[in-house]
Amino acid sequence: MKHLSRAYLILIFGILYIPILTLILFSFNSSNSTASFTGFSLEWYAELFASAETFIALRNSLILAVLSALISTVIGTAAAEGIYKMRSKFMKSAVNSVTNIPMMNPDIVTGMSMMLFFVAVAAIIGLEYESIGFTAMLISHTTFCLPYVILSVLPRINELGDSLSEAALDLGCTPIQAFFKVKLPNIMPGVLSGMIMAFTMSLDDFVISYFVGSSNFQTLPLLIYSMTKKKVTPDMYALSTLIIVTVFVLLVLSNIKSGKKLDAKKKGGK
Amino acid sequence: MKKRHSFMRSIAAAPHIFWSVLFIILPLLIVLYYAFTDASGAFSFENILSLTEYAPIFALSLELSIIATAICLVIGYPLAYIIAKAKPERQKLYIMLLMLPMWTNLLIRTYSIMAILDDGGILNTLLGTTMHIVGTKGAVIFGMVYDFLPYMVLPIYTCVSKIDKNMWEAASDLGCSPVKVMTKVILPLSMSGIISGVTMVLVPSISTFYISQKLGGGTFELIGDTIERQFVTGALNVGAAISLVMMILILLSLSVMNKFTDSDEGGIIV
Amino acid sequence: MAKLIELKGITKSYDGQKVIDSMDLYIRDGEFITLLGPSGCGKTTTLRIIGGFETADEGKLYFDGAEISDVPAYKRNVNTVFQKYALFPHLNVYENIAFPLRLKKVAEDDIKKRVGEMLKMVALLGFENKSVSTLSGGQQQRVAIARALISHPKVLLLDEPLGALDLKLRKDMQNELKTIQQAIGITFIYVTHDQEEALSMSDTVVVMADGEIQQIGTPTDIYNEPKNAFVADFIGESNIIDGIMLEDRRVKFSQHIFDCVDGGFGKGEAVDVVVRPEDVDVVAPEAGMLTGQVTAVTFKGVHYEIIVDIKGFKWMIQSTDFVAEGAIIGLYIEPDAIHIMKKSKYSGKFGDYSSFSDEMDRLSDADSAEEF
Repeated sequence: MKHLSRAYLILIFGILYIPILTLILFSFNSSNSTASFTGFSLEWYAELFASAETFIALRNSLILAVLSALISTVIGTAAAEGIYKMRSKFMKSAVNSVTNIPMMNPDIVTGMSMMLFFVAVAAIIGLEYESIGFTAMLISHTTFCLPYVILSVLPRINELGDSLSEAALDLGCTPIQAFFKVKLPNIMPGVLSGMIMAFTMSLDDFVISYFVGSSNFQTLPLLIYSMTKKKVTPDMYALSTLIIVTVFVLLVLSNIKSGKKLDAKKKGGK
Repeated sequence: MKKRHSFMRSIAAAPHIFWSVLFIILPLLIVLYYAFTDASGAFSFENILSLTEYAPIFALSLELSIIATAICLVIGYPLAYIIAKAKPERQKLYIMLLMLPMWTNLLIRTYSIMAILDDGGILNTLLGTTMHIVGTKGAVIFGMVYDFLPYMVLPIYTCVSKIDKNMWEAASDLGCSPVKVMTKVILPLSMSGIISGVTMVLVPSISTFYISQKLGGGTFELIGDTIERQFVTGALNVGAAISLVMMILILLSLSVMNKFTDSDEGGIIV
Repeated sequence: MAKLIELKGITKSYDGQKVIDSMDLYIRDGEFITLLGPSGCGKTTTLRIIGGFETADEGKLYFDGAEISDVPAYKRNVNTVFQKYALFPHLNVYENIAFPLRLKKVAEDDIKKRVGEMLKMVALLGFENKSVSTLSGGQQQRVAIARALISHPKVLLLDEPLGALDLKLRKDMQNELKTIQQAIGITFIYVTHDQEEALSMSDTVVVMADGEIQQIGTPTDIYNEPKNAFVADFIGESNIIDGIMLEDRRVKFSQHIFDCVDGGFGKGEAVDVVVRPEDVDVVAPEAGMLTGQVTAVTFKGVHYEIIVDIKGFKWMIQSTDFVAEGAIIGLYIEPDAIHIMKKSKYSGKFGDYSSFSDEMDRLSDADSAEEF
């Protein structure tokens, strides 16, 4: 039984990783073939770093991801606190349902609806769509990041309960001080993981950006899309490899950190 | 006075509510508006009526995504189960291995599969064969399974790992055979995880357009491709109508499925 | 002692259910007052209204003569020790205690001095830099007390603060709390469902049930002169028997006429008679005022707990002498061991040991402890 499980794990993870590993391998290929490996070289990385387009797309993606993560974290954390305090069950579930729409809806529908909305907005305020392109993108990304932030913060707030806030009020905090001095530090792990999630969701998004985006604001996934439309050269592989390695490092780091926290908790006991 | 008081309690949710109305509900209303008007803005049922010609595409999308979801479930459940039964530090490693491809852009993952399976791709080069895989239904289904399998495994894992270890012992103590323990105890208890896994695979599969573009080799069109084509060609009214129908179908089936789970447990983990 | 806090006609409902029903109560400066009652009696809600965490639906709350019904918690000169301590996990012991002073922007040396004094008072010197999550329950409790007292409140509210501690520690903390209260001389309002705790610590005990005050008095008053069947039963063990007042100082119950020390009832008035188990003497059947058959005997360490069936009513008697199960015994009751109470809505509900079992008692205790 044990061997069977092990074999199954190896098989599935093998299949899961073969495409990614081949992609990494071929990013070091000396020829531009994506089918046969002819020798090791870094020429595709050199080509990638020489391309201004890649850097602009990377910069755009990062700006967008940082801003939408920040905005959605602020709005989402406040929203989680507000939802927690709502007395009316109806109101609570109504807000939750609406919040979850972008998460439940296929990205393509969300993208379509956002695009139509911003076309209408542009028409109403009498601007070219291109000139509100970045704003449209930022608002769209913030919107689909919000549910992830709320989903990550709300359970923390529920778990924390009222007792600490009440203690803070009791000791002389105004409600706002109580939130910032006591509640926020204690829900920080949830806020941070919501923010990281929002950041990665935004960085990773292709479908919604594809619909909402305009030609003058290209993100990394949009660039990849336009690259894969043509016959692909291994410089895209190089780009993908860099992304995968970055994600891997981030994932390992965050796991080590949360692992340490867990250990500390275990040691501390109850 | 009491009313105002209870509103003030949840004032923190106000920016989010405002945001949701403006950027979630309003865009969806605009989709509704586009779906029921023609290009000149006059009220029209034509878009909705024209949908009948897309029925075969809907059917094909449904067929492929249901098959892909079923395969994900069959492969994913044992995987989730094995992971949940592993030692805690192993579990963390496996989950990380599972998350890594998920955080790798979908375009890259899909493209790397294409590079392997393509007519002149790695597989054929390695084997020296001329198998024609890309362009078949099988390739599209494989792409969906490959891209979305982690979405099936994670919620089931969360659910199974929460099941009390004593439950096993209690069930076998009461005379259940291992098979019976599985079917009578573990499977029902992991139902909420299965359902959220199924939705998380089904929704992106049914609405994908990139996977079918790359792995379908342009030989067939899924509903996502149709919407994308309307978007590219500027036939926004028909695109909106298709989006609307798809959204309604998906939200309806989600709410039906949610009826089977008693709570938001197992929830959506990304 | 002057009135420090006054509640007038305080009423509070949750979902249409009245938790506190037009309650009047005043609390004097410097006293140790305990709100005592079973779970759901409204004692915690009362405390929360005084603390400012709940607003009464009706009624007024006065502090030092000024109305504070609508003053928010953070502006009240009242601090609370919470049931589960509610220490701030992100701050260490020192910072937890210093928290109220930091809010008031007290100078650093002053904070250091005052926190030091507090730590000394609660015997936690040397724990300054510890994380609160590494402390034991008793130590967390001390931190909570220090934190609540550091800004010199006029009143300290304590919401079942010892509920989570084990028995031995609880006894120690009871003494310590009492000592602290006497040392700093401020008002303590203490909420508990543990009658022993209430009797041993308080100057004044307020017995509550169903959102109403049943009796207010000193621990001795409450124990010796319970006002109704509820109080008699809740405070210690009691046999509560239906009786008829024949005239002042003469009462008939269990078909026997007894001398007693109470008066002021109508002739022939139906009353509840309370006899504490430890006040009944076991004698030979022929020497007893009442006779009955022993149905159960349990050894309790200091005494035996004996259940005696007297004409269908089961009495509980505590005696240091062993009696065999099934034996016929006589009971002798001194006049001053008989306490007469007016009939109330609680008559007939308490004080009969026919379905008595230790286990049941313990189970329901655990239940009520959990609800808080």
